[in-house]
Amino acid sequence: MSDAPTALGGRGGSRTFWLTFSAPLVWIVAFFVIPLSVIWAYSFGRTLGLTEIAITGTLDNYARVAEPVYLLIFVKSVWFAALTTAICLLVGFPYALAMTFASARGKIWLLLGIMLPFWTNLLVRTYALMAVMRNEGYINDALEAVGIGRVEMLHTNFAVIVGLVYVHLPFIVLPLYSALDRMDRSLIEASLDLGAGHISTLFRVVIPIVKPGIYSAILLGFIPALGSYLTPDLLGGPDSQMIASVIERQFKRANDWPFGAALSFILMYLTLILMVAMAIRDRRQARAQEQAA
Amino acid sequence: MSEPMIRFENVTKRFGSFIAVDNVSLEVEAGEFFTLLGPSGCGKTTLLRMLAGLETPSEGRILIDGVDVTGVAPNKRPINMVFQSYAVFPHLNVADNVAYGLKIDRVPAQERATRVQDALRLVKLEDFAHRMPDQLSGGQRQRVALARALVKRPKVLLLDEPLSALDAKLRDAMRAELAAIQQEVGVTFVMVTHDQDEALAMASRCALMNRGTLQQVATPSDLYEYPANRFVADFIGTINLLEGTLSTDEPDHAAVQAEGLDAPIFVNHGVTGAPDSRVWVGIRPEKLAMVPATQPRPEGPAALPPANVTQGTIIRSAYLGSVTLYDVETQGGATFKVARPNGERMADPALPAGESVYLSWEPTAPVVLLT
Amino acid sequence: MSKKSEIGPLDYARRLPLQLWVGVVLAFMYLPLISLVAFSFNDSRRTIHWEGFTTDWFVKLAGDDSLIEAFVNSLTIALIATIFSVVLGTLTAIVLWRFRFPGRGLFDGVITLPIVVPEICMGVAMLVFFGSVFPWPRDLPWPFDLGAIIISHITFCFPFVCVVVRARLASFNREMEEAARDLGASEVRALWDVLLPHVRPALISGALLAFTMSLDDFVITFFTAGPNTVTFPVKIYSMVRFSVTPEVNAASSVLMLITVLLTVIGIRLQGKDVASLEG
Repeated sequence: MSDAPTALGGRGGSRTFWLTFSAPLVWIVAFFVIPLSVIWAYSFGRTLGLTEIAITGTLDNYARVAEPVYLLIFVKSVWFAALTTAICLLVGFPYALAMTFASARGKIWLLLGIMLPFWTNLLVRTYALMAVMRNEGYINDALEAVGIGRVEMLHTNFAVIVGLVYVHLPFIVLPLYSALDRMDRSLIEASLDLGAGHISTLFRVVIPIVKPGIYSAILLGFIPALGSYLTPDLLGGPDSQMIASVIERQFKRANDWPFGAALSFILMYLTLILMVAMAIRDRRQARAQEQAA
Repeated sequence: MSEPMIRFENVTKRFGSFIAVDNVSLEVEAGEFFTLLGPSGCGKTTLLRMLAGLETPSEGRILIDGVDVTGVAPNKRPINMVFQSYAVFPHLNVADNVAYGLKIDRVPAQERATRVQDALRLVKLEDFAHRMPDQLSGGQRQRVALARALVKRPKVLLLDEPLSALDAKLRDAMRAELAAIQQEVGVTFVMVTHDQDEALAMASRCALMNRGTLQQVATPSDLYEYPANRFVADFIGTINLLEGTLSTDEPDHAAVQAEGLDAPIFVNHGVTGAPDSRVWVGIRPEKLAMVPATQPRPEGPAALPPANVTQGTIIRSAYLGSVTLYDVETQGGATFKVARPNGERMADPALPAGESVYLSWEPTAPVVLLT
Repeated sequence: MSKKSEIGPLDYARRLPLQLWVGVVLAFMYLPLISLVAFSFNDSRRTIHWEGFTTDWFVKLAGDDSLIEAFVNSLTIALIATIFSVVLGTLTAIVLWRFRFPGRGLFDGVITLPIVVPEICMGVAMLVFFGSVFPWPRDLPWPFDLGAIIISHITFCFPFVCVVVRARLASFNREMEEAARDLGASEVRALWDVLLPHVRPALISGALLAFTMSLDDFVITFFTAGPNTVTFPVKIYSMVRFSVTPEVNAASSVLMLITVLLTVIGIRLQGKDVASLEG
């Protein structure tokens, strides 16, 4: 590095800089950048032997994704993730609204209410759903009691969606809450004052203003939902596989690392594109505001 | 007498155990520029928000133009508000902000456009119709808020600390403009402010509040010259308050023995207080005359010659441009603030600290306060 | 007027439809977990109906050596990963907050990546890395045989600590540090004396976050664990896959109890810290 690092405000020597910087830098390069780069390189490779892979620069692995079997799984994964995100938004928005306008005490309890399951082990949560939804579970007991009869729920796509919603609801509620909470309340009051009803205010004022928050909520729900492994694995049936299951199979069973690498990097590219789009939008907004000021 | 535009009837508002507004009854006539004045936390904003329907009274009734609106939702009231933060919708441009309320009311597009245009002209923002709020200055945003509220032709316009976020220069300009706009549209204005200059300069009448109760409702000059109690006297402007005993109390005059003065205070108005009761006398600094003690002692009123004169020593002075403010301490230990206009450029040098002086005042100057 | 205190126009949280909605959401979130815990005390092999209270399943758990081993492994990994994550995360936060240097934006981006990269991608990357690039020796003595898992955990935990600490640093009054320097402290000493106390609440919440995330992680561990380095979640996964049994219920209850305890401790510590800061 040619330029000497400078502390903001002109203080701080380079000794302090290297003292604080070297460890994180080494770690992130050695244990994150390199592993990901290796996978990335593999995605352009070909399997020679059991563990031997030649990096040939081929795009075959990416092309294979277009095969109907995989394409179908891809489309289904995106569909599942999108559906999950949509349901989470619908379910989570009123919750976030209640949280925003609750008393200080109520806020803490509602926050805890949504966060405690979030901190609970993913496996435990998924297992809890399995127990409730299986044929001998509560829901089916209830359905039988009201005369509908038992419905096969576990190991279906329905179970996967329920599970994904269950797991990702907090990802959606938190950004919605923080956007709503930041919003100036007098905007709602002004809308009421100008004659709008509550529902009209919601659609004409609140939702347009918290739109950035809604976008980040969508992103924060969609990305992890798309890459879900455990939920479809445990709650789904044979036809509810998502991308992650296919990737896992390439590495653990089929032993086709290059194809698995290409699949996981398609997932990565998607994630990165979404993140970058978001960042660009944020920056544009910040710049527009700066220009105005 | 015609029905008042606004009537509060024994309105109380509690937040938990805190009483924000305590049994307030108040009437505002149509076409008034009415201000609610008081220190922060006195309940003035709560009172305004109850008028807007943003808070519901715990007790009492609120009538607007003779109609009980106590339980009416804010969006169903013939009232509009300019918020302290302006609350201009950030996702709508200036014209759409102003049109918002008309769209809600389903005003036809043609009429809507005309009314928006007129409102923007009123606040001098015709050229900014397509700007977004984040491209506007604070003053312009406030004009948007004003136009947005007025375009709905409300019976009453509420203003919550409208000038507090503006810098001093702009504030003065906006003050005059607000008053002019009110004259032009003739709508009843109710404004909340903690700034007494603002309240006095703009209002036709002013209500001074403290700790949730109304202290006095009067014209600005009455509020200054005839305060109802010590709180009002002290809150509005500067005043010298002296504690004393009521010694004489006749219909057309009274006398008070004040602590720290070498002579009684004589006033040319009656005080309906019990004889020998504790009272307070307030005298405004600009109503005191001050001469060096080297000159003869002023004579005082003919009815009670030694009264209304006291001798003291200048402790310090502060040159404020148009006036000089002196702190004067009497031999008895009372202190006075005295304001002396600097009427001439070549005036004598200010009286120095340590100078012995006579203070005197007319019988019309003091006001006797019972509470 | 009603006796009940008035509902203002913006008291949305006190409106019945919204309260019902919140109730339904919370029921959806909690009923499965509550029933899971309840049935870990059920005196029946087939966990369908309530047969009576028993703690047998927990006793059985305590006697299961492989489960205990997995549990100890998980705690060890979480503890070591937390310590490293807090140190690395704090250093990263300080660097990004304090210095301007070429490549700062890139570094910032790369450091945020582990937060957004899908778990499965990171899992396979670690699998390949420790499989072919940097093979972790198989027969190391405990706890060094857990090294690959620990390293993976640190990598996905410390960026989260960094985010938490950075948020806290934003509220630091730089004049405090300048005052310390003015009074004679060296640069490092000033950071230690003034900055660290300020970020302490963030260190605590960052540590708790890292600990829970490490303890909870299944996917990445699943790809880095060898046959002899089984963690608690991986062990439970192998039990869960095929059936719902009271043992799994009991094990899950233990894990949930730990989460709740950590949360309570976190809130207590934070509360105390905030209180002591505000004096």
